[in-house]
Amino acid sequence: MGSAVASTAAAAARAWPRRRAVDVIARGACVAATLLAIVPLASVLFFVAARGLGSVSWSFFTELPKPVGEEGGGMGNALLGTGILVAIACAIGIPFGVLAGIYLAEFGEGRFARVVRFSADVLSGVPSIAVGIFVYILIVLWTRSFSAIAGGVALGILMLPTVTRTSEELLRLVPSSLREAALALGVPKWRAIPRIVLRTALPGIATGVMLAVARVAGETAPLLFTAFNNRFWSANLGQPIGSLPVQIYTYAVSPFDDWHRQAWAAALVLVALVLVLNVAARLLVRGRGEAR
Amino acid sequence: MRREAAGQESRVPGWRDWLWPIQIGDVNLGDRLFRVLTAAFAGGIVVVLAGMALQMTRASAHSIGRFGFSFLTGTSWDPVHEEFGALPFVFGTIVSSAVALCIAVPISLGVAIFLSELAPAWLRRPVGFVVELLAAVPSVIYGLWGIFVLAPWLRETVEPALAATLGRVPGLGVFFAGTPRGFGLLAGGLILAIMILPTISSVSREVMRAVPGHLREGALALGATRWETVRAAVLPYARSGIVGAVILGLGRALGETMAVTMVIGNRAEISASLFAPSYTMASVIANEFTEATSDLYLSALAEVGLLLFAVTVALNVVARLLVWRVARLPGGARSA
Repeated sequence: MGSAVASTAAAAARAWPRRRAVDVIARGACVAATLLAIVPLASVLFFVAARGLGSVSWSFFTELPKPVGEEGGGMGNALLGTGILVAIACAIGIPFGVLAGIYLAEFGEGRFARVVRFSADVLSGVPSIAVGIFVYILIVLWTRSFSAIAGGVALGILMLPTVTRTSEELLRLVPSSLREAALALGVPKWRAIPRIVLRTALPGIATGVMLAVARVAGETAPLLFTAFNNRFWSANLGQPIGSLPVQIYTYAVSPFDDWHRQAWAAALVLVALVLVLNVAARLLVRGRGEAR
Repeated sequence: MRREAAGQESRVPGWRDWLWPIQIGDVNLGDRLFRVLTAAFAGGIVVVLAGMALQMTRASAHSIGRFGFSFLTGTSWDPVHEEFGALPFVFGTIVSSAVALCIAVPISLGVAIFLSELAPAWLRRPVGFVVELLAAVPSVIYGLWGIFVLAPWLRETVEPALAATLGRVPGLGVFFAGTPRGFGLLAGGLILAIMILPTISSVSREVMRAVPGHLREGALALGATRWETVRAAVLPYARSGIVGAVILGLGRALGETMAVTMVIGNRAEISASLFAPSYTMASVIANEFTEATSDLYLSALAEVGLLLFAVTVALNVVARLLVWRVARLPGGARSA
């Protein structure tokens, strides 16, 4: 008995150096993997900053693209276009998503709510290009024209799952004592939810919306055949419209050096926009102390 | 009666004051309308998803009727003669995604284990945030970076090195043969790996976090090292969720469009070599959709889209069921 314990202990002691070596190697591998994962991000940010900074100028924000061969010009129209597209997307995605989120959070116990939740999750995994095809069939074929509206609708659909699920989550975090207090004062639910529950959850929902905007502002694939592209100033919602991501794509795959420079400049602007939205959303959440 | 008394002392009654208390049976009229309104929008999400399936099926009916199953096995994509076989695109999509998974899965799991099990608490949030920023960078930016940074690097450094080492290994050599071009399956796979890494790592981390602490404590109390704890207690419990995370990553890789289109070379060929240019389903839609002049051409492209849609939806359903067995996703939280 005693010798058995002793021999087991001896075996364990012999195995220990190897076990510890495996532990150290495995932990080292995890750290290395994490560092490796950060390398591409660092590289992308470095090149976007290095090549973009040299090409961004005041005229980049205010001028139209110049024809091939002429130096200079800018992407003012594409910036405006992205602004318009995102605005349309928000006008569709935010009310739609928040109302659906309210349903899921306040009334969402039954089977129907489960189906909705599942659909929202699945929708968030649908490739954005498939959404583009859907909107093309739905709107472009019907109106017989590429248009800002079609592009905005495609982006709105892409925002929908994120806005819905964040709204639901944040509405659920509102303490039920607030709801009960309102109801006890005789306020009906349909007044209490928008004015008290929704208002309490609003900063968090705003964070979710910012992340959704950051995501769709950089979407390119669904715009290729909905908003298409436009080399001129356009605020006409029924006409094709330029956008920053599509312009980056067009210029990046072109053979012209000057266009490549413009693409990097546009990339810098787009990345800056996306990063600012992400960091701001992060800080907002942290400020409220309910971060995950 | 009490309802009406609520706000009257402090202000002049407005339209809301007579609207508020209207009852139908036991339920307040406004409440009922409000519930119907929100339910309609919630149902709208289901309608959008179902509408996508329906519209894309209808749009591809022409092509499905004409080619049937041979659409998937045909290798010729010839708009001029209206002959459409999507096999090269299916091949390119599957191979580039497989390359992406081979690279991204081990790294993502390393990141997930580091963030959930090893990192000191103060490091977890900033590092997690940085890894998630990888997902925030738009696809087209990765494409731009791929064209001007990644592809030249692959052409000049990585591919010659691979050809000189793995390319000499019998059996493996065919995968690393041919001229190093930079633009090809390897570039596509690599860029996809970068893009799906945050998906797999953040879902896996969430799943590992859901592993009950007493399992870890038990293993540690028995004298296990940190790594042995991960292997014996954390990973087995989290396994189905991790598989779900990988499938979610796969779904993202299959449907990813812009970055891949910009670096994969866009040539409808089937070649064993990872250096060879290829074409994916999403890329062909992106490149040719606006140029599709005939109905059949458009329908064939819509069918490619439908295939992509169906596969990604199926993968998402499976992945979410697997993940839900272990943990609720951030987006799927039902924690009150």
